[in-house]
Amino acid sequence: MEWTEYFAPLMRGAWVTIQLTVWSTIFGAILSFAAGIGKVSGNGFARWISVVYIEIFRGTSLLVQLFWLFFALPVAGQAIGVDLRMSPVVAGVLALSLNIGAYGAEVVRGAIQSVSHDQYEAARALNFTPRQALWRIALPQAIPEMMPTFGNLAVQNLKDTALVSLITLQDLAFRAEQLRNFTQDSTTIFTIVLFMYFGMALVLTAIMKLLERSVGRWKTARA
Amino acid sequence: MLFGYEWDTSAGPLVFAWSILPILLTGVLVTIQAAVLGFGIALVLGLVLAVLKAAPSRLISWPAHGVAEFVRDTPLLIQLFFLYYVLPEYGLLLPAFMTGALALGIQYSAYMAEVYRGGIEAVARGQREAARALNLSSARTFTHVVLPQAIPRIIPALGNYLVSIMKDVPILSVVTVMELLNVAKIIGDRTFNYIVPLSLVGLIYLIMTLIAAGGVRYLDKTLPKKGIALK
Amino acid sequence: MTEPIIKFDKVVKRFGSHTVLDHLDFEVNPGEMVTIIGPSGSGKSTVLRILMTLEQIQDGVVTVEGEPLWHERKNGDLVPASEKHLRKMREKLGMVFQQFNLFPHMTVLRNLTEAPRQVLGLSKKDATERAEELLERVGLSDQASKFPHQLSGGQQQRVGIARALAMRPKIMLFDEPTSALDPELVGEVLKVIRQLANEHELTMLLVTHEMQFARQVSDRVCFFDKGRIEEQGPPEELFTDPKRERTREFLKAVLDPDA
Repeated sequence: MEWTEYFAPLMRGAWVTIQLTVWSTIFGAILSFAAGIGKVSGNGFARWISVVYIEIFRGTSLLVQLFWLFFALPVAGQAIGVDLRMSPVVAGVLALSLNIGAYGAEVVRGAIQSVSHDQYEAARALNFTPRQALWRIALPQAIPEMMPTFGNLAVQNLKDTALVSLITLQDLAFRAEQLRNFTQDSTTIFTIVLFMYFGMALVLTAIMKLLERSVGRWKTARA
Repeated sequence: MLFGYEWDTSAGPLVFAWSILPILLTGVLVTIQAAVLGFGIALVLGLVLAVLKAAPSRLISWPAHGVAEFVRDTPLLIQLFFLYYVLPEYGLLLPAFMTGALALGIQYSAYMAEVYRGGIEAVARGQREAARALNLSSARTFTHVVLPQAIPRIIPALGNYLVSIMKDVPILSVVTVMELLNVAKIIGDRTFNYIVPLSLVGLIYLIMTLIAAGGVRYLDKTLPKKGIALK
Repeated sequence: MTEPIIKFDKVVKRFGSHTVLDHLDFEVNPGEMVTIIGPSGSGKSTVLRILMTLEQIQDGVVTVEGEPLWHERKNGDLVPASEKHLRKMREKLGMVFQQFNLFPHMTVLRNLTEAPRQVLGLSKKDATERAEELLERVGLSDQASKFPHQLSGGQQQRVGIARALAMRPKIMLFDEPTSALDPELVGEVLKVIRQLANEHELTMLLVTHEMQFARQVSDRVCFFDKGRIEEQGPPEELFTDPKRERTREFLKAVLDPDA
């Protein structure tokens, strides 16, 4: 097998990696906001649930979470008579989203809390409800603060997708290992794959930078 | 049976959990060893990288930036595979554990370099001018003024990376390192009971990270930072 | 004798062990322009912040238009106010902050339309009309599409005044509105406040260090010291012939810094 022939299977794997990254970043962002807002909310139950979620998923290893969802959860489901078997894709996206969401939640919380207290007072003086103050005043100012860290988390997420190959999902890492098994040409294959991941990370970083600029437009408006 | 310990699946999950605990603790030991060794390697490589990135010549600093970016933007798993399969082709035969620790060290050196740079820059900005006014040489400024203030400040950040490394150790299971998750997975494969060993792994990780986070917080509070304008 | 629109009845406010307002009695009549002066830490801003429901009180009763502000009447008893009651009471009040506190992510126009639309439920068209009218009054019609950070401090504070007015309050609270401004920008803000005072529709409460201005526009000046009103009266009287020693000392210190 010529090294140029590696690209077809690797591209197929890369496509899976891209989809995994996109979906888990989107779901992870939703979880980040839910848990990050939950952690600063006035509702005790929402706070408690958010803290437990964040601590569990930040406090354990992603691979442990992935294995637990893929191997352990179906067994637990069986015991109580519910079918909790998941396809590798579902388990992969779920584990990645839950994991990155927990890290993102702390970013969201920090950004919300960094919004000046004066802004909340102005909102109160204008008779906004706490909910309106959060969504219309605090969050629009907090989101640009989150974006640089979100950019790093998105790249982290891309890198983390490689782990789903360990539950047989046929992503780029899986294809690489498969090819190596077949050809024994480790140096070429892994060099190509490393550069493919690097390329994807650069594109992802560029996209996140664009996003960062568009949500922070009001900050850079010139006189 | 694993590592000479028997497990007991006859009498419910608690008995089973209790019977595999000693085996899992063997895995914990390997996890901690790998994390600490990887951390040590990252500390050294990170410093090298930080110095190269700050080199006055662009011929050195630009490639260093490129390498750091590349290392940071590519998955640990692939870097590990690369080392594991490629190094032997060039005659470098390392035990899996060492290869794993090396992979951890390389991946995190890129992050450490940033920590070093940030810590030194934060101190240097204000203090360098003061030192210049006192007519201290730049070498002496660095070793006697900047470093002593930068080190206590970066230790908490380094501590956080030690915790991150610990959470990445399970990846080494793919090259047969018998760390905590690998041990649990093997027990699961053999007993067809994954939920107990994998849940225990989660619990053990929570305990370890909670302790570590407490340690970092303690360091952060007790380390001297007097006389530094913190931003 | 008209019913006072604002009434503080033996109000106590503490921060920890520090008593900021010590059984304060204080009244403001409808349409009155009252200026509060006094040394920093005398509790003058706290009076405004309590009225705007930004600070709670520990004892006493505050009433606005005869209704208790921090309390509600329930079966004849006074109980701590619910959020619903506070929201109803806040409708009567508008506040201008020392640091402007404009919403930095919104254009000037949206700073003025957001609350009327979201809180009062005005249509976009009505809110915009109202905002444009107010911007004209404060002389900023040409700045509607800019963001706050693109304006000077004086312009920002004028937007702050317009934003509060957009809610059509009966009482306007000005908390040191010119203290954060460069000296050359103070005048344009004072001019807007003076206009409002001359219209006599609003009840206005102003905390300020601008003694000249206070003297010119106020119906009454209150000198605050140590959480109480040390002395109050018509501006001419208080500034030219203060009765109390503390007032004299204070006025001497602020009006004649070389003394």
